[in-house]
Amino acid sequence: MTEIFKVAIVGSGPAGMSAASHAAQLGLNHVLLEKTDHLSDTIYKYQKGKHVMATPSQLILRSDQEFDAGKREDILGKWNDRTAELKVNVKFNAEVKSIRGTGAPIPGSIQKMVARARDGTTTTTELQRHAPPYEIVLTNGETLMAENVVLAIGTQGNPNLMRCPGGNLPHVTYQLDDPFVVVDQHITVIGTGDAGIENARGLVEDEVQGNVVSVLNRAQKSTNVRESFATAKEPNAKALVDDDAAGRLTIWYETETKEVEPGWITLTTRDGEERIRCDRIIARIGSAPPRGFVEGCGIEFASQDRLAFPTLSPVFESTAPGIFVIGALAGYPLIKHCMNQGYDAIEFINGNTALKPADQPLLDAKFSSMPGGRSVEGWLEFLQANVSILGGMTTLQLREFMLDSDMRAYKKGQVIFERNDPGSSLFAIAEGSVAVRIDPTDPNKVVPIYKGSIFGEVGLISGRRRGATIVAAEDTVCVEISRNAALKLQSQVPTAKKAIERISTERQLLQMFGAGLTPGDIAEVVDDAKIMQIKAGDTILREGDDGKEIFVIRVGSMIVEKQVGGKPVFLSYLPAGSYVGEMALIAGGQRTASVRAAVKSEVIKIDGEKFEAVLKSKPALLERARAEMDLRRQTNAVIESKKDSISSVVDLYSEQAAFLVAQGLGEATDVLLIDETLCVGCDNCEKACADSHDGLSRLDREAGKTFANLHVPTSCRHCEHPHCMADCPPNAIHRGPDGEVFINDTCIGCGNCQRNCPYGVIRMDKVPPKKPSLLNWLFFGSGPGPGEPPYKWSKKNTKYTGVPEIDEALDRKKAIKCDMCAGIDGGPSCVRACPTGAAIRVAPDEFLTVARLETERA
Amino acid sequence: MATIPHNPDQGDFETAATSRDSTSTKAPKKAPRVRRDRVSTHESFLTYGRGRWAKIAIGIFVVSLATYLFIDVEPRHNGGSWYGYTLGTIGLGLILWLTLLGVRKRAITPGRWSLKAWTSAHVYLGLSLIAIGTLHAGFQLGWNVHTLAWALMMLVIVSGLFGIWVYARLPTAMSANRFDAEGAITEKQMIEGLKQLDRQIHDAAQPLDPEAAAVVDKSLEENVFAGSAYARVMNRYPKCQTRAAIADVRKLRNFRPRLEDDPFEKVDTLLSRKEALLAKLRRHLQLKSWLQSWLFIHVPATFALIAALSAHVISVFFYW
Repeated sequence: MTEIFKVAIVGSGPAGMSAASHAAQLGLNHVLLEKTDHLSDTIYKYQKGKHVMATPSQLILRSDQEFDAGKREDILGKWNDRTAELKVNVKFNAEVKSIRGTGAPIPGSIQKMVARARDGTTTTTELQRHAPPYEIVLTNGETLMAENVVLAIGTQGNPNLMRCPGGNLPHVTYQLDDPFVVVDQHITVIGTGDAGIENARGLVEDEVQGNVVSVLNRAQKSTNVRESFATAKEPNAKALVDDDAAGRLTIWYETETKEVEPGWITLTTRDGEERIRCDRIIARIGSAPPRGFVEGCGIEFASQDRLAFPTLSPVFESTAPGIFVIGALAGYPLIKHCMNQGYDAIEFINGNTALKPADQPLLDAKFSSMPGGRSVEGWLEFLQANVSILGGMTTLQLREFMLDSDMRAYKKGQVIFERNDPGSSLFAIAEGSVAVRIDPTDPNKVVPIYKGSIFGEVGLISGRRRGATIVAAEDTVCVEISRNAALKLQSQVPTAKKAIERISTERQLLQMFGAGLTPGDIAEVVDDAKIMQIKAGDTILREGDDGKEIFVIRVGSMIVEKQVGGKPVFLSYLPAGSYVGEMALIAGGQRTASVRAAVKSEVIKIDGEKFEAVLKSKPALLERARAEMDLRRQTNAVIESKKDSISSVVDLYSEQAAFLVAQGLGEATDVLLIDETLCVGCDNCEKACADSHDGLSRLDREAGKTFANLHVPTSCRHCEHPHCMADCPPNAIHRGPDGEVFINDTCIGCGNCQRNCPYGVIRMDKVPPKKPSLLNWLFFGSGPGPGEPPYKWSKKNTKYTGVPEIDEALDRKKAIKCDMCAGIDGGPSCVRACPTGAAIRVAPDEFLTVARLETERA
Repeated sequence: MATIPHNPDQGDFETAATSRDSTSTKAPKKAPRVRRDRVSTHESFLTYGRGRWAKIAIGIFVVSLATYLFIDVEPRHNGGSWYGYTLGTIGLGLILWLTLLGVRKRAITPGRWSLKAWTSAHVYLGLSLIAIGTLHAGFQLGWNVHTLAWALMMLVIVSGLFGIWVYARLPTAMSANRFDAEGAITEKQMIEGLKQLDRQIHDAAQPLDPEAAAVVDKSLEENVFAGSAYARVMNRYPKCQTRAAIADVRKLRNFRPRLEDDPFEKVDTLLSRKEALLAKLRRHLQLKSWLQSWLFIHVPATFALIAALSAHVISVFFYW
């Protein structure tokens, strides 16, 4: 019989290493399994010298390992030393293949695993759970036994594999270490994400390599590379298209693989099958989270959602008894959290059940100012019992959730938020009730929302401002849920997701169709409403089709086009919060125009018949809808009637609109537009930008695209759902009170936002030293003058102190982007400083109006 | 497609819960609202505020001309009368204020100012100086320091008028020149493109014989930024080495045996592309120089004007 460890820890990241260290400290019989030959691979792979942050700063670190903000090398060094000092039993190069209980089958404990194929079909497999001890099989065939397992493998995952026949042949690879060692081969690159593009371009970079490279793209060819290469960054995609045009490689559009054989690959293209030579396949088709492996261990996930986390007990124990899940895999991406959990999990395994989580003092502080005098545990129970959307959470999830949320108490009559306030947080009422003012002009017209329900969801979903003022109807306690916490909640708790979606659909309809409707009137419509994801460029309504559905734009934006005289003419731009499709319903007949998504969008599809019934029962509503429809018909009539008399202007207007949408205006909230008939190229906008922001310009006037004298420079568009926010480790990117997307001081300079921005508006740079004042320059010529100082001057004038910490901070590069001159009276400096009126900052729906047609003609 | 009424300047606002300190229990603070003028379309400095400053300038013209005609100054209108002093003081104040545009342009202070409005006022009030200055002098012009000040003022105004013409006409030409199928090419990209073409030409010229290579070298060694200010402003480069190289390469080619995959052909194509890009860059630089060159008269003349004005004012007070 082999040795049975008390605990086996899988993964040596911050969580696993902290757990193993504590196990070693307690003298438990343990083993730490690491896939690679070094500790903490994720942090090991950080770029050299990267500054690692220790957030949240209020959280106390509870671990046998040290951790503080600092350089990657210092942190790894300390961890390595301490691990050796504690005599942690580490087993390197030990990749776990499977974990299986070897005890008796646990009655009634069956794990259902649902595998979803690309075509939408699902297959369910069942797995009987067995009691510990667990048998851990490594990829090298070795096996280990352990009573408890701590899974701390993070979320990095494994590459997606090819599924077509022959996909398992040895020349099908999933990575490319050094493109320059590959010569004289026919290579097929599958996948047009950044990784695939970089590989493909690397293989043909040097002509003498003699490689023949084909890139397969499932999307169709388009002049807008963001459409044909949706997952890649624009510059990468453009470079690839350029290479294709120059004949260095071949891009196959609308193509997938059918079969792989040695030396050949068969492709399915739009025009039929093609068989081409292929000595090597590089498939870069994304990576799957390690869900399959985790589920195979008997660990259940909270939902089928791709972002869901495992279901855990308050002590991190999964549904497989004796297997604990901690760290990023459990939904905690921050190093400090991970390390604390490692410590806690080992304490629990060691029998210490009385241990309070390390976040206790933080939660204490959150609840301390609330009325009612409950303890933290009391409050958590109270919230779970009273707030419907929080009911499905585990205590552990709720604790984490509360760290990202806030408790608010309001006195009767107090305003919670006002109409048109910016805000993306969601409120849940734990006690009391609130009143929604549905008429901005009359504070007495209110609709109540009661205890247990939510409000503020429109801002959360559409990224738009608050639609109505909310007042506390009695003394009220609310939970304010930040956007991130709300998104996480929806992925963790499917019932919460459904509830939020239903409520938001209902509210959106009530708000749009306004006074006189009650939730009861539209209950049937809401029950039937479907939320649909629409890809950029996809059409939801086609001119001339029959159909009576109404679409409400929930996220994103749409453009309306109509064929006039055989040419598509742009009619209008619809931001999130608009509806479309009611014309056919009210006036009958076919669809009068086509509507397609300007960016990836979400719409609510409403059944036309049912909505018609609602309209019929409410004559006032029908009247209003008719009035609005007439207004729209007038707009269309203006454009169409002018089409012949000033055809060129209408064409220009349509083409300009199409150009602006291709430049990302569809997702912009505020964009810098330069009229090149006015721009004299003085670059005073750039100088003004630099001078109002630490000497660094956040815009590049000359760069960017131009169409019909309208220039979209490289400057932030303040997207509705910013791409840059997607992956910011310190969560430093936020939206400010005036709608601006800004980066705060906690930026660690990792460059993720720069890579994620499809418009290339973020730069990484260090802050130059302060310049002498303007008058000093004007009169005495001291300093470099207005605008961004030259690199040389900055370098010469940086006052190094000789103290490494300070000097390092002086040299540290941070992400720099437009903040719309937030907090600066007068608004964006670039616009104020333009001498000719060439530069303006506008919201797309203000700019893309028919009024423009009038001014264009003038 | 009726929209819910909303302010289009929108976006979500993360509250205290995320944007600041994630554990605070304080109610979100209302950030101080800053004023911002919202616009929905472009408006030129010439038409700013529906020609507000143009109207004011016309008003100044009319009022000063009317008062000049109706106020009877003995023996005749001159700078020394109470009327002359009034106009002179207004004119001096105006000139100093107009000069301050240079400071306004560079001092990016907070506040609801717009440089476009300043430029608009600068242009029209500057033009109104023609009336103020001339009527102040009572048309008494001669060969003295006083008339020097007037002449310098007129020089500044005329150069400014030329500037307005340039600003109104050339941006469109510059935009058209910059425009290409890709969207727009920047100056930097043009220079990068030339460097890249030079590298390609260098490589393509390797198989050529020494005589032909020497011809190609002429183009490679040419500094595209060399040349006089005149050449740049007029866009005349009669000694362009690239053009010469193309001509010579084509000449030489006729005396060489024609080959498959002819290196001459390649070099010719590349050189022609370089010439086209060079033409674009030179046109760009020409337009840019026109947009800037008038300031080299306007600004120094302004300082000369201020110096002459000082002399004028001092001499008037001491030696009248």
